[in-house]
Amino acid sequence: MKVLVAVKRVIDYNVKVRVKPDNTDVDLANVKMAMNPFCEIAVEEAVRLKEKGVATEIVVVSIGDKKSEEQIRTALALGADRGILVETDENVSSLTAAKILKGLVDKEEPSIVLLGKQSIDSDNNQTGQMLASLAGLPQGTFASEVVVDGDKVNVTREIDGGLQTVALNLPAVVTTDLRLNEPRYAKLPDIMKAKRKPLDKTTPADLGVEVASKVATLKVEPPAERSAGIKVGSVEELVEKLKNEAKVL
Amino acid sequence: MSTLVIAEHNNSALAPVTLNVVTAAKEIGNEITVLVAGADCGAAAEQAAKVDGVAKVLVADNAAYANQLAENMGLLIADLGKGFTHILAAATTNGKNYLPRAAAALDVEQISDIVRVDSADTFARPIYAGNAVATVQSSDAIKVITVRGTSFDAAAAEGGSAAVEAVDAAHDAGISAFAGEELAKSDRPELTAADVVISGGRGMQNGDNFELLYKVADKIGAAVGASRAAVDAGFVPNDMQVGQTGKIVAPQLYIAVGISGAIQHLAGMKESKVIVAINKDEEAPIFSVADYGLVADLFEAVPELEKLV
Repeated sequence: MKVLVAVKRVIDYNVKVRVKPDNTDVDLANVKMAMNPFCEIAVEEAVRLKEKGVATEIVVVSIGDKKSEEQIRTALALGADRGILVETDENVSSLTAAKILKGLVDKEEPSIVLLGKQSIDSDNNQTGQMLASLAGLPQGTFASEVVVDGDKVNVTREIDGGLQTVALNLPAVVTTDLRLNEPRYAKLPDIMKAKRKPLDKTTPADLGVEVASKVATLKVEPPAERSAGIKVGSVEELVEKLKNEAKVL
Repeated sequence: MSTLVIAEHNNSALAPVTLNVVTAAKEIGNEITVLVAGADCGAAAEQAAKVDGVAKVLVADNAAYANQLAENMGLLIADLGKGFTHILAAATTNGKNYLPRAAAALDVEQISDIVRVDSADTFARPIYAGNAVATVQSSDAIKVITVRGTSFDAAAAEGGSAAVEAVDAAHDAGISAFAGEELAKSDRPELTAADVVISGGRGMQNGDNFELLYKVADKIGAAVGASRAAVDAGFVPNDMQVGQTGKIVAPQLYIAVGISGAIQHLAGMKESKVIVAINKDEEAPIFSVADYGLVADLFEAVPELEKLV
């Protein structure tokens, strides 16, 4: 079975995000970039499916400028077999990304498409669902367990009140939540080997997709600051303040 | 101009967050129709009809919508949504699951997790884990939007008398099935709806120590949450996670116990009215957002708190 994994290059999750002084966007100049953490979990899950003998080939795809090749190489070092970079210098909306991925799903015909549930930059949590919709596939979002069973996949999902399990016909789209697995680190020999793994390049236009968006960002601002209050000396003083000053107890 | 609000419910009752979404819909300003899709969901539809500001309730009562499977809900919402200019759902795991499917089927983008309505086409939403707020304007013919419930007041649950209309639709994609669920059983209030939330972090050391927090919570009617660090360490289940990757809460009082205050966690609770931090590390970043900070060993402070509240 073939597994397609989508990965996104985003600001490293340890980097403190700063808004540009002109309020047009956040400042990404000279900041460390990395694979989106939820995408790392997707890659790890694909590799585990291959280790279990369920998956036979892992294809990793990224949409972005040529630097996204780095994230594809990372996935190749972790165990993916080949990569596809859909190269564009433009900002790609979730809907456009879903259309591009739909084009690749038509071409590659994977049994499972794995994606992170959201990227930590735009925080949209949409692309997997939109891809599933466009491709007419079932979806298991926010997955904490993925079990392939014949021509079905059972996905346990993290929902607000607990866990839900859905049985999906293959092919299916799965988006990962935090507890699905703990991604491994790439070993140096694998990083070297990954440089020789095949990486194809294509463009949105090659897949018949126009990069466009009907949603314009008017401004980006820092969130309202919350200032520090006071330190209390004892639990007694704390309870007194909460009762009489803040009146929340 | 007309708005379709997708109700969050469990068939027998409307979830409170639907009332917050109705308020966001009111701010957009159109006539409001609420869609209640489920199986044997008449009771939830009756409640929706009473919500202040709702003009009409559509009820899609069919086995196909019993567990709100995204594949079926997506088709239904895309089908009914064609007649509206705005489609709103709560940014819950349900809304996040099915609404993008409907948006893609309608070939429009989705604006996720809005925290402010500026006009009928302009909205604010947090990005980068709440470290920035983007104001976005949509020129799509249908604006598909998920709403962060805690950013909008609840509409009055009573006072309306909307017409209830049955929708004769059974969209069954036939590609997915509900296979079971394990819902956390708790007599405590739901995290996102509680007036008081007490959360534990890595400082709790293990899951058993959360009992200290449960005792306080049960005394003051609070919900209990956790930081991602506590969830990742396996102390408590993920449905207790407060933060950008978990639940967003904005209670009257938030008590952070043994939580350092990672950006990720702050994004989920900094809209709380009053924040209390109890931590033995006086340099912990949580103190920079706390109204009342107590530098103390939580294993002494929390039992004392339980006695005094």
